[in-house]
Amino acid sequence: MRADTENPSSSNAAENVAATDTPVVAPGSIYRDIANNGIWKQNTGLIQLLGLCPILAVSTTVVNGVSLGIATIIVMALSSGLVAALRTLIPYEIRIPVFILIIAALVTCVDLAMNAWLHSLYLVLGIFIPLIVTNCIVLARVEAFAAKNTPLAAAWDGAMMGVGLVVVLAILGAMREIIGAGTLFAGIEMLIPGLRPWQVLPHDYPGFLLAVLPPGAFFVLGLLVAGRSWLDAREARRQREHQLALRANAA
Amino acid sequence: MYNAPYLRQNNSVSRVMLKVMLALLPGLAAYVWQFGIGILIQLLIASVVALVCEAAMLRVRNKPISRYLLDGSALVTAWLIALSFPSIGPWWMVALGTAIAIIVAKHLYGGLGQNVFNPAMVAYAVMIVSFPALMSQWPAPHLSGAEQWQLILGNERVLDAISSATPLDALRTGLHSGHGTVSTVTHGHAAFGWLGGQGWEWIILGYAIGGLWLMQQRVITWHIPCALLAGAAAVAGLLWGIDSAHYAAPWFHLASGGIMLGAFFIATDPVSGATTPRGKLIFGAAIGALIVVIRTWGAYPDGVAFAVLLLNICVPLIDMYTQPPVFGHKKD
Repeated sequence: MRADTENPSSSNAAENVAATDTPVVAPGSIYRDIANNGIWKQNTGLIQLLGLCPILAVSTTVVNGVSLGIATIIVMALSSGLVAALRTLIPYEIRIPVFILIIAALVTCVDLAMNAWLHSLYLVLGIFIPLIVTNCIVLARVEAFAAKNTPLAAAWDGAMMGVGLVVVLAILGAMREIIGAGTLFAGIEMLIPGLRPWQVLPHDYPGFLLAVLPPGAFFVLGLLVAGRSWLDAREARRQREHQLALRANAA
Repeated sequence: MYNAPYLRQNNSVSRVMLKVMLALLPGLAAYVWQFGIGILIQLLIASVVALVCEAAMLRVRNKPISRYLLDGSALVTAWLIALSFPSIGPWWMVALGTAIAIIVAKHLYGGLGQNVFNPAMVAYAVMIVSFPALMSQWPAPHLSGAEQWQLILGNERVLDAISSATPLDALRTGLHSGHGTVSTVTHGHAAFGWLGGQGWEWIILGYAIGGLWLMQQRVITWHIPCALLAGAAAVAGLLWGIDSAHYAAPWFHLASGGIMLGAFFIATDPVSGATTPRGKLIFGAAIGALIVVIRTWGAYPDGVAFAVLLLNICVPLIDMYTQPPVFGHKKD
């Protein structure tokens, strides 16, 4: 499968991306556009709001959120690349079951690998690792992007969408952990033995339990979505003012 | 030039809110008489925090500050929070609860008149879910002012000696321990009075007097309070009729916890409650029934907040199905 994902032809990628996504001029900038799309413009957690179930359920701590996010990146990059490589061979009418089979096979690999090498983390994340199969963001990117693009571009798209997800999971996890328990990186020893969690707030902080409970996830995610919209609105206003100023100068 | 109606009632928001606060005074007076000055300190904290948060949110949202700030709606929310939180809780608890009510439950939903949920009950639900132990420490009767002041400042070392469980809590733990019945639990336990909780009967009487005055002033209609109390009494009476050893009597339910405050002051919130007459009856009765159900089988000491919030969600549906027929049209 690795051979497939690393089998690019960049001119082909440029054509296909240009046909389906925003028009692109230079071949190098497609990859920048894909990255920008995944991390900011079409962020899975804040804009597409896809795959909310794991986002809300697992983001109780930074470590949990980021670990599941990394597992999702691996699955998304590999499945997008694989589907893109096989896209001419998959009959259009049965593409969805085929996509799901490919994703499920890859998720099983990740699941077994985590069970073998990160067992304590595997126990914490539990059902949410196998559930990556049903995470709609994986299928959404496979159907919307990988099925129409070259393997390298598709794998890059999957990875960048995953990175966008990890960023959201990290911020969400950090906020919930600090507000809910006053710590940061609780459970880090499951990933890197020897490291200790960081006690951010004083030890007698009572812990705002709601932030750790499911409703807290909705509140914090809502605030993040609002915050992102606010940044976008501010940026648009600045650009408008900038253009007005330019026009005034020209006049 | 004037338009009809020519006889107008002066029912501005600030006037309604002032009347609600006046109506709370009998209950408040009974509270101070029975449990001391702690509640007044909490009331002050909640009022200050509510006004500060309200002003800050109005400023952020570019609304006229003085007009909305002086309408009193934030103060009523603050008073209801102070009255429904334990009066010996640490100061930051009522402050945080009020901030959540004003910022999240009121202004993030669009401010006065737009909130889907009752702000005071959102605050109560958030705090009891987050700090269940602190939210269950109620004052024992005749606790001295100095001791209450220490507790509000957050000096917890005096806590165990002088705080007491509410009758609802005592009854729940007594029954859940397995071998108790209602009569063995209530007899000889200091928290129980002759009807409900020791000292709480007077407060509840005060709330009822204030609520009846509000009805007489036509600030609220009779539908929600009556339906709520009847719904609670019906469910409690049914359970008590089936097995009086393991379910408390209906009068005990009506005379303990926050049910009277909820019936007259919280469920009657004109924004988050049902608006049609039949809808109000359904809304009230369902809240009353849910309160008893949550008290009997739920995990938290009182069910008023959760019952009100659950029914707040149902309000659009209730209002849609209970629209009165337009005058002159046939009933379907």
